Amino acid sequence: MSTTEESRDAEVPRNPDARVDAEGPKSRAGTRTGGSGRVPLWVLVVGLVAVLVAALGGLAAYGGQTLPERLGPPVEELAVERTVIAPGSIELVLRNTGPDPVAVAQVFVNDSYVDFTGADEPIGRLAADTLVLNYPWQDGQPYTVSMLTSTGLVIEHVVDAAVATPEPGFEFLGLMALVGTYVGVLPVLLGMLVLPILRRTSGRVVRVLLALTVGLLAYLALDALLEGLELAALSGGAFGGPVLVFLGAGLAFLALTTIDKVLAGRRPDERDAGSAGMRLAVMIAIGIGLHNLGEGLVIGSAYAVGELALGAALIVGFAAHNTTEGLAIVAPLTTRRPSLWSLVGLGLIAGAPAILGAVIGASVDNAGLSALLFGVGVGAIVQVIIQIVPGLRDRTSGRLLDPATLGGLGAGVVIMYLTGLLVAA
Amino acid sequence: MGGANGATFRGGAGVDHAANGFDPRTLLREFDYGTVSTENGRTVRDWTIRAEDRDIEVAPGVVFPAWTFNGSIPGPTLRATAGDLMRVRFVNDSEHPHTMHFHGIHPADMDGVPMVGRGIISPGEEFTYVFDAEPFGLHLYHCHVGPLAEHIARGMYGTFIVDPPGGRPPADEMIMVQHGYNTTFDGEGNQLYAVNGIPFVYMNDPIQVRRGELVRIYLVNILEYDPINSFHLHGNFFDYYPTGTRLEPSEFTDTVIQAQGQRGICEIRFPYPGKFMFHAHKSEFADLGWMGFFDVVDGAES
Repeated sequence: MSTTEESRDAEVPRNPDARVDAEGPKSRAGTRTGGSGRVPLWVLVVGLVAVLVAALGGLAAYGGQTLPERLGPPVEELAVERTVIAPGSIELVLRNTGPDPVAVAQVFVNDSYVDFTGADEPIGRLAADTLVLNYPWQDGQPYTVSMLTSTGLVIEHVVDAAVATPEPGFEFLGLMALVGTYVGVLPVLLGMLVLPILRRTSGRVVRVLLALTVGLLAYLALDALLEGLELAALSGGAFGGPVLVFLGAGLAFLALTTIDKVLAGRRPDERDAGSAGMRLAVMIAIGIGLHNLGEGLVIGSAYAVGELALGAALIVGFAAHNTTEGLAIVAPLTTRRPSLWSLVGLGLIAGAPAILGAVIGASVDNAGLSALLFGVGVGAIVQVIIQIVPGLRDRTSGRLLDPATLGGLGAGVVIMYLTGLLVAA
Repeated sequence: MGGANGATFRGGAGVDHAANGFDPRTLLREFDYGTVSTENGRTVRDWTIRAEDRDIEVAPGVVFPAWTFNGSIPGPTLRATAGDLMRVRFVNDSEHPHTMHFHGIHPADMDGVPMVGRGIISPGEEFTYVFDAEPFGLHLYHCHVGPLAEHIARGMYGTFIVDPPGGRPPADEMIMVQHGYNTTFDGEGNQLYAVNGIPFVYMNDPIQVRRGELVRIYLVNILEYDPINSFHLHGNFFDYYPTGTRLEPSEFTDTVIQAQGQRGICEIRFPYPGKFMFHAHKSEFADLGWMGFFDVVDGAES
C-alpha cells in the first residue's frame, strides 16, 4: 500500500495531468449527485443534520446507560489559580479541574487546622471558588496548605516563600510598566544601534548575523516552550494543560503567516530586497514581541507571588539577554535606510509587549492563560525562523549551511544561554 | 478561634454526633460492666460486641469509612474486677473478617489471632471469648486480622479495665483513648488526631470537673502510623500509674509519653478553678485535633 501511495505522490509534481486523473472519479461522483436534480441540496443537508442530531441524541439518551457506573472513589482535583497573601490571611483561588464535584471540608496549613471562609458548597467541574484562610504566616517562610475534602482526600498547595501580595493599584501597575520598559523596550532599541556598523559589512557577515538570529530565536522558542509546559502543568489541565501551549503556538503561527502574506500582497510593486527586508524585520519584531510578552508574564507573576527580587542584577541580566534581540531585528535591514521613526516603531513592537506581559502577569496570575500566551510566543518565533532561513542561503554557492552560518547558529544559542544565566528569576 | 488563637475546624464547627451514633462527651464517662451473674460462686460478666462497618463524620464534612466495635470509635470500655470471668460474645456483622484480641493474661486459644484457636471470625459468624479478668489494670482490645495496621487504623479498638480487688479510691473517672485517622489511606501518618473519636470535641465542650475532687483518667494510646503519643496537662500535676498494674504511682508529672499500645492511669486534684488545656505534647498532633479543656468549677470540695 505504501508503495502505491509513494508512486502516486511522485507522479503528481511530474505530470500535472495525473492530479486531474486522481480527482477524476471524485468530480464525476459530484456531477452525478448534482445531476440527479430531483432532491434539492438543502433538503439533503437538512436531512443529514436531522440524522446526526437524532443519532447523537439517541447516544446521549441510551448509549451512555450501556456503560457501567464508574468504579472506585470520586476523582477529586483542585488547581490553585491564584494565591493572595495578606496580613494574617492566605487567599486561594481554586478551580475544580477534575470530573467530579469537590467539597473542601477542612483545611490545615503546616499541620495545623485553620479557620477559613469560602467554598461552602461543593465546587463543580471547571467552577472556581475562593478560600480565605485565617493563618498568622511569617515573612519568607514556606507553607503547605492541605485541603481535606469530604471523602478524606488531601489536596496540597505549596507556597514556597510567603510574601504579602502587592496591591494591584496604579502605583504597582506603573512599577510593572517601568520594569517592562527596562527589560523589553530599552535593550531592544540598544541592540538596534548596531545597524550603522552592519551596513558597512559584506553580505557574508549579514548572513552570519541572520544565522546568529536564528540561533537566538531557536533558543528563545525552546525556552518559551519549556516554560509554557511548566506553567501548563500547574494549571491542572482542565482547559487542556500542555495542549494550550501548542494551541497558542499553532494559532500564532497561522495568524502571523496570514499577516505576512497580506503584507507581501499589498505592495507587489515594491518587491525589491529592501522592502522584503523591512517586512522580515517587522515579522521578527512581532515574533520577539510575542516572546517578550511571555517574558513579561513571568516577571509580573513572579513578582506578584513574591518570588522575585527586582534587583539590579535581574534588570541588567534581562537587558543583556534582550539586547541581542535588537540585533536580530535590524539584521535584515542592512540594504535599506529605514527612518528613525520606523526603527523606533520596530523597537516598540518587539519590546513593549514586555510591559503588557508584566502588567497581565502581576494582575491575572492564571497558569492556563499564561501557558497559552507562552505558546503564542513559541508559534511566533517558529514562524519568524521559517522566514529567515531562506536568507541564509549563499547566493553564489547556493548552499544553505556553510561553516560560517553554522557558526552563527551555534553562537546565537550560546549567547542566549550565557545571558540567560544572568537572569536567576 | 483560629489564627493566632490556635487550631480549629472551619468556623469552630463540630460533627453530627447523633448521625455518627456516638458522642465523645458521653463516651468519656461510659463504663460497660456487662450482664452480671454468678456461677459457682464466681462473678461472670457477659457482653455482646458487634463488628460493624460504618461511615463516620470524623471532622465536619469529612466522612471516614470506619470498621468499628459496636459502632463507635473507640469501642465500648468494658469493666470487670480482678478474678471475674469475662465472656465476650463477638458477632461479626461487618463485611470483613475480624477478631477480638484482648491484652491481659489468657490461654492461647482465646488470643483472637488468625490460625490460633478459633482464629478469624468471618462475616456473619460469631465466637465467644472467655477468659479471667487478670491482671488488674488498664488494657486494650483490638482486631488482630491482617493487614493489622489497617484494621486498627479503621477504628477497631477499645479498652477494658480490670479493677483491683477492693477497687481504687472513689474518683470522677474518665476514659481517654488517643488515636487518629489516616483519611487518605496512604499509611503515611494521619490527617486527624483525636481523643475518644472526634478531634477538638473537648475544645468546644470542655470537660467539667470539680475543684479539689480526685479525677482519674484512664489514658490509652492506640495511635496507628505514628510511633509515639503523649499527654500534657496545663497548670496541674498528676500521679501516673503505668498500665495500672501497681497501686503506687511511678511518677508525679504533667507530661507522659506512650508508644502505641501503652496505657496508664493519671490521678489529679485540680487546686484552682478555671479552664486548663490538655493535649498531645507532640504539638503537631495537638494542632491536628488532639487537644481539649478541663473546666474546673467550684463544688464539692473534699
